[in-house]
Parts: sequence; C-alpha cells; structure tokens
Amino acid sequence: MKQDISKLLQKKKKNILEDWISLQLADAGLREDLMSNDELREQSAELLDALLQGITGDNLADFNSEGLSPVYEILAGISISRARQGFSPRETGVFVFSLKDAILKTLIIELANDQQALADALILINKFLDNLGIATFETFIKGREEVILRQTDEISEISTPIIRVWDGILALPIIGTLDSARTQVVMESLLQNIVDTGSTITILDISGVPTVDSLVAQHIIKTVAATRLMGAECIISGIRPEIAQTVVHLGIDLSNIVTKATLASALKYAFAVLRLDVKRIQKEK
Amino acid sequence: MDRIPILRMGNFLLVTIQIDLYDRLAINLETDLVNMVNKTQAKGVLIDISALSIVDSFMGRILGNIGDMARIMDAETVVVGMQPAVAITLVELGLELKGVHTALNVVKGMELLRLKIKDLDTGEEEDEEEEEIATNEDSTD
Amino acid sequence: MRIVLIEDAMLIEKEQDVVPFRNRVKEYAVKIGMSVVNQTKLITAASELVRNMLKYAGGGKTKMEVISEGRNSGIRLVFEDNGPGIKDIAQAMKEGFSTGQSLGVGLPGAKRLVNEFEIKSSPGEGTVVSIIKWKNG
Ligand SMILES: Nc1ncnc2c1ncn2[C@@H]1O[C@H](COP(=O)(O)OP(=O)(O)OP(=O)(O)O)[C@@H](O)[C@H]1O
Ligand SMILES: [Mg+2]
Repeated sequence: MKQDISKLLQKKKKNILEDWISLQLADAGLREDLMSNDELREQSAELLDALLQGITGDNLADFNSEGLSPVYEILAGISISRARQGFSPRETGVFVFSLKDAILKTLIIELANDQQALADALILINKFLDNLGIATFETFIKGREEVILRQTDEISEISTPIIRVWDGILALPIIGTLDSARTQVVMESLLQNIVDTGSTITILDISGVPTVDSLVAQHIIKTVAATRLMGAECIISGIRPEIAQTVVHLGIDLSNIVTKATLASALKYAFAVLRLDVKRIQKEK
Repeated sequence: MDRIPILRMGNFLLVTIQIDLYDRLAINLETDLVNMVNKTQAKGVLIDISALSIVDSFMGRILGNIGDMARIMDAETVVVGMQPAVAITLVELGLELKGVHTALNVVKGMELLRLKIKDLDTGEEEDEEEEEIATNEDSTD
Repeated sequence: MRIVLIEDAMLIEKEQDVVPFRNRVKEYAVKIGMSVVNQTKLITAASELVRNMLKYAGGGKTKMEVISEGRNSGIRLVFEDNGPGIKDIAQAMKEGFSTGQSLGVGLPGAKRLVNEFEIKSSPGEGTVVSIIKWKNG
C-alpha cells in the first residue's frame, strides 16, 4: 500500500511541480528582486527530482535514510545560499511548505476513493515535509551565523587599521572598546606590521575608545611593553580630559609611557625622536 | 655544536642564535661572551634572537645576565629581532628584559649601539639630543 | 564532553630533554592548527613547568594529549614528579616567590599563558601540574 505513494507521486510529478511553483509565485513574499522566476523554477525542479528519486515509501518515516541524503544536501545548499542572499526565514520557509501544500493537494485528489490510504499518506507526508522544514531552518540559521562571524572578523579588522604615516612611523587609531580578545588582535597585527615595515615608532591613538578603566589600561600597558621588547617605541595619543581624570582617579600608573593629547603632537614627538624636521618652504622672492 | 660562534665587528660583538638553545649552550654563551668582551675590549654586544621561537624565564635570565655583566665591563648589549609571538608571550609571562636594549634588527641595533656609545663618551646624552631638536626648531622661523 | 584524540608521554630526566619535549609539544600544537602566538604561549608555559620539575624534583614524567570539546580542540599537558612537593601552594603561585633564588615567575606566569591550570602537591609525595591550551582561546 505504502509503495503506492512514491509511485503515485512520481507519476504526478509534473502536476506537483506546477502547483508548487504557482503557490510560490502567488505568495505575497515572493522575492523577484533576489531571484528570477527561472531560477526559482530550476531550484524547485532540482529538489523535487531528488525527492521523488529518493523516496521509496519505506524511508519516508526514516529521516536518516541514505536515499534521502541528496534531498537534504540540495535543501541545505538552497537555504544557505538564501541566507547569504538576504532572504528572510519566512521567505525561505514558504519554499518548503508550499511544496507540502502541492503534494497534499495531489494526494487528496488521487486517493479520494481510499480514505484509509489517504489518511496514512497524509500523516507520512506531513511528517516528512515537516522534517524538511526543520532542516531548512537549521541550515538557514547556520548560514546566517556564518555571515555574522564573517562580519565580526571584518569589523575587528576594519576597526584596527594600521597606517604608515611616515617612513618608520606607524599609527593605529583604536575605535571602540578594547577588551582582551581585541587587544590580542591589535597586538599581533601591530607587532607583525612593525617587523614588516621596520618601523621604530608606533602611535596608538585611543581617542575613539569610549572609556579607559584599569583593564583597558592594562591592555595598553601590555601592548607598549611588547612593542618595546621588539625594539620599537609606542606612544599613546588621544588622551581626552575624561580619560586623564579616570586614569588618575583609578590610580593607574602610566608614567613609564609617553602620552600625548593629540595625534598631531604625538607625530611631532615621533619626528623629534627620529631627528626629522618638518619646515614650511620659504616663499620665493 | 656545543658553542655558539661570536663574531667580531669593529668594537662590537655579534652573536646569532640559530637554534633553540640547550641550557648548557646558553650558559656557555654567557661565559664566552663575557670573556670575549674582556679580550676584545668591545663596546657593544648584539644578540640576534630572530630564529628563537621561545624565550622562557631561563633564557630571559641569561640574556639579562649578559647585559648586566657586559655593562660592568663598560659594554652595552642590544637584543635584536625578537619575534612578535615571543614578545607577546614574554609580557604575559611577566618577564622584563632588564639590562639589555632592544632593536628591530641587526642594522638598527648597530645604530642604537653607536648612538649609546657616543652619548656615553660625551657623557650628556639627553642634553645633547634636546639641543639638536631645539636648533632644528629655531631654524624653521 | 571532552574527548582525548591522541595520547603521548615523555620522561624528563635531564636538561637535554627540555628542547625535544618542547618540540614534541609544538608538533601537536601545529597539528591542530593552533596560532603561532598560542603555540608560543603553550610551549613557554610547558618549558617553565618542565624546568621546575628538573630543578626541584630532579625530573619526572610528562603526558601530552590532543583533546577536543565540542567544536574546540586543544592540547593538555600533565607534569608529574615524585619530588619534595610544595608545602604552601598559594605561596608558590605568588609572583616573585622562589626558593631557588630565581625570579619566581615560572608558576604564576605559566598560569597566565594557558586557559586551564591545575596544581596538586603534597610534601614528600610530589607535584602534579596539568594545563590546557585551547586552539581558540
Ligand atoms: N615541581 C616542583 N617540586 C617542588 N617544588 C616546586 C616545584 N615547582 C615549583 N616549586 C616551588 O615553587 C616555587 C615557585 O616556582 P616558580 O617556577 O614560580 O619560580 P622559580 O622556579 O623559583 O623561579 P623561575 O621559574 O622564575 O626561574 C619554587 O621556587 C619552588 O620552591
Ligand atoms: Mg620555575
């Protein structure tokens, strides 16, 4: 009896596909901006093909079945790419759930004369497609998580640009909170840059750091110490009045570190250390 | 190999540590360097550690000792080429390399030594430097 | 759940064993793709602990494990000796405390360099220190 379901569905494949696609096209959330109708048709056909080839009637209830793994793979690929393209979970969900509607419609028509078979089939197909729905969401969320991780990496890279302001002078404006993970990243890329460029002076500008508590100060002190061990000097600039106040109130000792109010004055100091002289050119007479 | 070669360059000594040292080798290096400073009347010692993948408290102490001993014998020591990962680790370990100067590479280390030695000879390093900067600034007017 | 993927051991009897031991630890750290900075931190901590074992207990045995927990993998090292043991562990863990006229940075420094640090010791029986450095951490 069960065998009939998979055979029956295979026979009605064309109908199911057409029903499915028109259901998708009819949905208010259709994203023609993100995907063309041809692409949608292609994706749908590919999944339905794999599905009808994979189901044997027996494995419908068995979600780990070998035969169905291509179905899950294709589905995973589709939902991950949709997550990356910026589809919403609902829009991605409609893709699978409208397939359910299409299949159920076919079953109801085809098995209209056998109520018992229809009931059995409905339960099975329902379960199976619900499971596909769950798999879709799982991979969709995984795809989104990947996007978030990548963006986090990008943000931490963007927020610690190392600028070669002069031959031998690097500047590193820090924007945002300086926690231990961030300090690690900053230190590593700064020290590597020092080696690569042979720069002897680094200016760490902290005007973009919202608060300097004793932990942040500790991170700064460590960065300065590591820079010195390498044989370079590290100046801290961008000390705002509030920062000076908290540093002193907290009893943090920065006396071993060269600190300057602005990046400009730090640069001037760096020039002096390198024995460089910046002059205004005399006007021609 | 149970001794690390020490090269003489003018009145400087140069040691390039190429492998992670066994303790005995490190202790030998300390003795050999101090003897060489005495024999050659060297004014500066350069220790290139760019090939060292770790510096633990033992190695750190040896480097510090060399610096202190050389200084009593009137020579300055510069440790050059420390790897970024080594520097980060040393800071976390809590070890300062007291007694030695540091520089990015051998060339910069030499420059630093020359500067130190000149300054020591004239006896007034800070003043001289500041004067130079001051004159530079004057000339901009 | 923590799973041990690889297990290895090495006896430390003399000063010449330190560098080969460090190299072995490095091999495993490289194998799991640990960053150079984390490798350096792990090997430096290992070096401190193995030196203590040699200096205060005349040697001992080390155990190396590649472990995994969820998505994270790491290296676990155990240093075990039958030396005199440590009377006051809290004191030994203090910055600058040394009975060997040294800097006293070994134990507290090693603790800062790794993610997990555990020390057990009883006078007359010996000392066991175990550390874990995670690949991401
Ligand atoms: N395996 C051990 N067995 C017995 N005592 C130990 C052992 N390891 C450490 N200790 C004790 O703990 C003290 C502190 O150890 P720690 O490594 O911090 O400093 P240190 O070895 O004295 O100096 P450093 O490591 O800076 O050279 C030692 O001086 C020693 O008394
Ligand atoms: Mg020790």
